[in-house]
Amino acid sequence: MDKMPKWADVALVPVVSLILAALISAIVFVAVGQNPWEALKLMTYGAVGTSDFLGYTLFYATNFIFTGLAVAVAFHASLFNIGGEGQVLLGGLGAAIVVLFVPWPHWTLALIAGATAAAAFGALWVAIPAYLQARRGSHIVITTIMFNFMASGVLIYMLSGPLKPGGNMQIATEIFPEASHLPSLNDIAELFGSDLFGRSPVNISSLIALIACVGVWILIWHTRLGYQIRALGRSESAARYAGISAVNITMIALLISGGLAGMMAVNNTMGINTPQLVDNAAGGAGFIGIAVALMGRNHPVGIVIAALLFGALYQGGAELSAATSIPVQIVVVIQALVIMFTGALNEMVRSPIEKLFIRFGRNRVAGE
Amino acid sequence: MNDMSPAIELVGISKAFGPVQANKDISIRVMPGTIHGIIGENGAGKSTLMSILYGFYKADAGEIYIAGQKIQIPDSQAAIAAGIGMVFQHFKLVQNFSVLENVVLGAEDGALLRPSLAKARKQLKTLAEEYELHVDPDAIIEDLGVGMQQRVEILKALYRHADILILDEPTGVLTPPEADQLFRILGRLKTEGKTIILITHKLREIMDITDTVSVMRRGEMDSTVRTSMTNPADLAERMVGRKVLLRVDKTLAKPKQVVIEVRDLNITDEKGVHRLKGVSFNVRAGEILGIAGVSGNGQSELLEVLGGYGKATGEILMNGVPLDLTGAHSDGQSRRARGIAHVPEDRQHDGLIMDFSASENTAFGYHHDPEYQRNTLLMDNAAILRDAQGKMERFDVRPLNPLLSAKNFSGGNQQKIVVAREIERDPDLLLVGQPTRGVDIGAIEFIHQQIVALRDAGKAILLVSVELDEILGLSDRIAVMFDGQIMGERLPENTNEKELGLLMAGVTDGEAA
Repeated sequence: MDKMPKWADVALVPVVSLILAALISAIVFVAVGQNPWEALKLMTYGAVGTSDFLGYTLFYATNFIFTGLAVAVAFHASLFNIGGEGQVLLGGLGAAIVVLFVPWPHWTLALIAGATAAAAFGALWVAIPAYLQARRGSHIVITTIMFNFMASGVLIYMLSGPLKPGGNMQIATEIFPEASHLPSLNDIAELFGSDLFGRSPVNISSLIALIACVGVWILIWHTRLGYQIRALGRSESAARYAGISAVNITMIALLISGGLAGMMAVNNTMGINTPQLVDNAAGGAGFIGIAVALMGRNHPVGIVIAALLFGALYQGGAELSAATSIPVQIVVVIQALVIMFTGALNEMVRSPIEKLFIRFGRNRVAGE
Repeated sequence: MNDMSPAIELVGISKAFGPVQANKDISIRVMPGTIHGIIGENGAGKSTLMSILYGFYKADAGEIYIAGQKIQIPDSQAAIAAGIGMVFQHFKLVQNFSVLENVVLGAEDGALLRPSLAKARKQLKTLAEEYELHVDPDAIIEDLGVGMQQRVEILKALYRHADILILDEPTGVLTPPEADQLFRILGRLKTEGKTIILITHKLREIMDITDTVSVMRRGEMDSTVRTSMTNPADLAERMVGRKVLLRVDKTLAKPKQVVIEVRDLNITDEKGVHRLKGVSFNVRAGEILGIAGVSGNGQSELLEVLGGYGKATGEILMNGVPLDLTGAHSDGQSRRARGIAHVPEDRQHDGLIMDFSASENTAFGYHHDPEYQRNTLLMDNAAILRDAQGKMERFDVRPLNPLLSAKNFSGGNQQKIVVAREIERDPDLLLVGQPTRGVDIGAIEFIHQQIVALRDAGKAILLVSVELDEILGLSDRIAVMFDGQIMGERLPENTNEKELGLLMAGVTDGEAA
């Protein structure tokens, strides 16, 4: 017997977590002298109130889908890839290099090349930690987080040296060539006479994110590789018995994970309004991806929903601090609360609910 | 006796886990100074009942009386205070502590250790004399044999003034001589007035040592009888609820060509311990070679190497062709391709992925097989499901739901899933480790029949088991392993438990004969 029905596990637990996070956030708002209800309304307006805001929400959600998928694929092999942040930065470097140095005649080619390079660089960046984990047993959490710092260093070096445009004080590359600019979703909406996403940067990469979701779903549940990834993740000893190579599967799962994280950089470099690579091209999305994957139960559908929620929180929070005297730090606190409750404290919420179901279940049986 | 109050009396104990009723209205009386056996199949509720008595679970209903006093046992501290001691199947000892430190652990008198240790040393001496429980107090646990470690567990309980001792499957890890020694100690404890509850699934132990026996079935107390008034067949029938065949029904083997030939096999593990020392044997088509031995004497390592996930030196010829012994990572796959199937010793750890569905588990290890692929990219989940449905039907796996997670099946049904998967591959050689560990009697009968049927189909079978009854009942030839060596080979009809027990304890071939 499963302890509680699937719907409770998948839907009820995250919803209760969110309510708890909202309640504590309300206390925080009251403590800084703000009306929590007003703040919630403002945040909601900031997230979906105008076409610009909605577009930004979707733009951020796209980032989180990529990093969420990256974390989820590794999770299925019981590997905790905490280095999404660094893999995104390297992905950005890859995309910037191929777009800046090759004169692509059309954005479609630039997109394919950029995405491929971004994925390759992201995968390459995780390859060393992956090798150390698979062959030497060095813990992936430690190595990937260290690689985040190195990635940041590598990027700043590249942006202030080899990739630095002349006569510019900004730590960023040149703006990418016109032909490589990705069409925004609003450009597409305008074809139908709509202004759905305003001047927001949400772009064609969002569709790539959705395709990646389908790809991950097929990979994990419908391919032999996915079967082996899940088997290794659930029981290393059983995998050994079945002749599944832990070394190979660990490597492959992490390379896919790093590649997915790297692909986020397409959205955050080629897809933004002034397409270029800046020094904080990851913007914390690598870490938010962990919360997204946890909340989405490592399933692509869950990840899309969680990514939308975090996108709204990110964008709504930004508007909240712009429109009121609420300091931006408070908004960060709210985001942290949501991550904490849906991610780190998942079990704290889950186990009382599970107990309730067990009690309820028993009464039902006793009553039969 | 009648005017004495029972040492333990449980009245109307019930306990449910969700919709599963683990204990239903159980009442039991155990008189002081007796040995009371509790017997039942896996999942009959024995462990739950004892966990309630030891304060691990709280009963939903019912009362507990100790020496006539009604008490509450909310935790194990309360159980110890009430004079109840428990010896678990898996010892709870700190491996790198001394015997003395383990005995004192959790019962220290103050912040400083020295006075407690001195006191314990004195008391251990008294206990050792009183109950003939001699153990060197300064020995480190990991240097002690299993039988000695068990003594330390008993001493721990006695040091805490236990009057009632509960032992959960105490002989599972012991050699027959060690088990005899344990029974002598228990007899001694009994004459000193201690009350002992013995949980076991071995009918013979119940018959040998207990005064009364309670049979549990499906969470209910079936009956309590005087041991002298019953016999093994009667107890088995009460446990299962129907007549069971305790003996394996098989004809004489007709061995043919050698299928697997093992020559001078040596295994050294990562820590440099020599696990297998020059082992040689062969198994012929149409015969069952049983390898007897107390667990931890190299049998597991032998199975691992044969199954393709361990490193060894020496030579193994499968149908005349050498096997790769370098321990390369995906050898398990090539072994299967060579016609070796493997029912591993620990199905929950190795043989199954507990979180996978039964259906995903029936393809496990054979997931590269063409019949499970839709094309080069995708697996054929529908075909896997159909295949699982068929296997589960033929092996009578219950419930017949291929989508249910493996963890939700009982031990016997989990084992049937593994056995179905391996046997239906029609292998030339079947490796079977502990095929009926934690499996209920009804399923044991079925699994044994399947193994014999495979033998009769002309296949070679290598059986590793710590259950002597199983070895004697199934094997056509018996090899006994001790300390990584084969101590001797016997034919089941020309040997007995006593002789095998001596070989298992390391007595050399000539001396044992």
